[in-house]
Amino acid sequence: MPIELRDVTYTYMKGTPFERTALQNVSLTIADGSLTAIAGHTGSGKSTLVQHLNGLLHPTKGEVLVDGVNLAGKKEEAGLARRKVGMVFQYPEQQLFEETVAADIAFGPKNLELSEDEVNRRVRSAMEFVQLDYETYKDVSPFRLSGGQMRRVAIAGVLALKPDYLVLDEPTAGLDPQAREELLRRIVDLHRKKKLTIIVVSHNMEDIARMAERVVFMHDGHVLVDAPPSKAFLADEKMREAGLTAPPTVALLSILRDKGLQVDADAFTADEAVKRILKAIQKKGGAKC
Amino acid sequence: MLTDITIGQFFPGTSILHRLDPRAKLLLLLVLMAAIFVFDTPGGYAVLTGLALLLAATSGVPLSMYFRSLRPLWWILAFTFLIHLCATPGEVFFHFWIFDMTKEGLSRGFFLCLRLTLLILFSSLLTFTTSPLSLTDGMERLLRPLKVVGVPAHELAMMMTIALRFVPTLIEETDTIMKAQQSRGADFSTGNALKRVRHLVPILVPLFISSFRRADELATAMEARCYRGGEGRTRMKELHVGGIDYAAAGVTALLFAAMGAMKMAGI
Amino acid sequence: MALDHVDLSIEEGEFVAILGTNGSGKSTLAKQLNAILLPTSGVCRVAGMDTRAAERLWDIRQTVGMVFQNPDNQIIAAIVEDDVAFGPENLGVPSDEIRRRVDESLAAVGMTSFRGFAPHLLSGGQKQRVAIAGTLAMKTKCLVLDEPTAMLDPVGRREVLETVRRLHRESGITVVYITHFMEEAAAAQRIVVMEDGKIVEDGSPKAIFGRVDAMRKRGLDVPLAAEVAWKLQKQGIQLPENIVTNEELAVALCR
Repeated sequence: MPIELRDVTYTYMKGTPFERTALQNVSLTIADGSLTAIAGHTGSGKSTLVQHLNGLLHPTKGEVLVDGVNLAGKKEEAGLARRKVGMVFQYPEQQLFEETVAADIAFGPKNLELSEDEVNRRVRSAMEFVQLDYETYKDVSPFRLSGGQMRRVAIAGVLALKPDYLVLDEPTAGLDPQAREELLRRIVDLHRKKKLTIIVVSHNMEDIARMAERVVFMHDGHVLVDAPPSKAFLADEKMREAGLTAPPTVALLSILRDKGLQVDADAFTADEAVKRILKAIQKKGGAKC
Repeated sequence: MLTDITIGQFFPGTSILHRLDPRAKLLLLLVLMAAIFVFDTPGGYAVLTGLALLLAATSGVPLSMYFRSLRPLWWILAFTFLIHLCATPGEVFFHFWIFDMTKEGLSRGFFLCLRLTLLILFSSLLTFTTSPLSLTDGMERLLRPLKVVGVPAHELAMMMTIALRFVPTLIEETDTIMKAQQSRGADFSTGNALKRVRHLVPILVPLFISSFRRADELATAMEARCYRGGEGRTRMKELHVGGIDYAAAGVTALLFAAMGAMKMAGI
Repeated sequence: MALDHVDLSIEEGEFVAILGTNGSGKSTLAKQLNAILLPTSGVCRVAGMDTRAAERLWDIRQTVGMVFQNPDNQIIAAIVEDDVAFGPENLGVPSDEIRRRVDESLAAVGMTSFRGFAPHLLSGGQKQRVAIAGTLAMKTKCLVLDEPTAMLDPVGRREVLETVRRLHRESGITVVYITHFMEEAAAAQRIVVMEDGKIVEDGSPKAIFGRVDAMRKRGLDVPLAAEVAWKLQKQGIQLPENIVTNEELAVALCR
């Protein structure tokens, strides 16, 4: 069953001079098992949008359904539905608070009132998944870890809730290239191996291009583009309107094409770009242009 | 939602109140507050209420904001009124169970509530029309003479400036941390008092840690920009007392004379 | 040991980018440049002034302005123009001169129309431009930026980089720019790569990014064009050495 947003409008500080509409009539369905990226510049409404997905915000108008259940509902059912959606905020390491890594990751499962055995099992498997060795790190203070490791602890804390859907807001922000690479690989693994439905919010087009199956561009509180990457990233005008830049591969190949090389621009990794260029050169019979 | 709170609400504008020097406004506020207690006659209250309403109407701030500023006091006002209504000896006009409501109580309750309301209104008039920065600036200048007796005027003002600057940032951060912990199943709204206090740990610890980091980084940034205390410091915006401030003081003095006369005449 | 026997000399008017993974000593190096940190051994001189000389401290900090990573934690005042005035106020500059400097500095970073704004209403890129204006108002000759774009979105990153490039080009300001973004480093005239507190590479962007393998081994990226060119060469395509930008690759392929 999917996550469904039906005609959602959200207004901050309604009824004051500071009133501001952050989302306007947004309708969106996130299919089971998909990996969707939501992009948009700061203030486009993307962060407001994802906070609707687990009921942190309720629409001013419209409704949000998770597996067919309205999140704004009062019944226990709505609470359970909200729990199905795991949320990793931007800079999640800033929410760590426990004395040890294991205790921090256990915070979520303990709130679910699971048995101690089950909590431990979940902590262990979540740590394994983010590649933090259980025995080495379980008793370490999270505040003694490196930035990249702290982020992985925070993500493990959400994974331990065993959500069906996982929302990540700017997961790679502030990481160095190596840590970023590793984290992206883990996210793709979560999707492929654990069959999690993943929603990534990011303004890093390179990250998005490399992993998303579907791309949603937000602008001014509404959905501007909703398409597979091969289409979305080639929509130059829409991207400019949304204040976004094409992924580096698309930018590079577009320049080559402008200069006269007959190359397809729909490549999202360096290797794909190389293949496209080789193909274009071969078509020309080895001549470069 | 937490970010819906408006703290240190300042509404930029060009009304007379906006144009007054912050020092003049602070002093006038003190004087008016004193007046509320000194000129406690119906005539005095009429003048003060009229002044408050006139200033509020011309301040360019939405009137609904003044009502909002009174809202947290609603219960206190109602309670004060009822206590005085029923506990003041005098001519009983209504009897209910063990309560005797008196005419004297009615008027006393009313005036006490009016007094509280006026206090809030005058303070709101100040904070709504004065930017936090010029407010701290004004305070620093007013406190400066007290430096000889050891009041650290500059340091106090700098602390207030930084506090005001970071209120919105901290509200936003608290909001994010709360949402993040809620997303991990934390529940802040149920359980007994002890439980609720324990629920605060996952919010407060990250908040403290990040505040310390902020303070550290901010101190470095201030030093990098040659901050070395108030000694030898100049200001871009020097405060100037102008005609409008003297006029305001004059008008206030006139009102005082009028209220004084009314009090003596027993109105 | 955060820095290990580092020898480095930056000329007036240079634009130097410093690269390195987290924990390589980049930030420690940056903080040496305006005497926030002092060398345990060795000497750091700024425009001839020894950073350990307490009596020159304020001259040094005025000469070298710093912009830090977190835009929120370096804006002190609750209004943009008051924040820009903070530096010159500390230096005891007369108030009409401060006003002039604040106006000039805000204009130089294109933030004049935001002068009366509260900082929390600005975007990250705008906040960083305010921070840059704050150093300009002290008549800074050298700008040290410690990962100024790490917390920004692409629009903000572009704003900051363009502002810095323009200041370098038009006002001749010396720039030391620490970053993780290779496209930003490619804008510099010279790149210094750090690892474990040591300087391991020092050269032009072309020379540094030309060695894709070496950069990868250090856990660093190279601009996409350099990587693609390198991979094409491995596939037997004849290309000139040292391709760094998209345009260079296009010219090489389409000549």
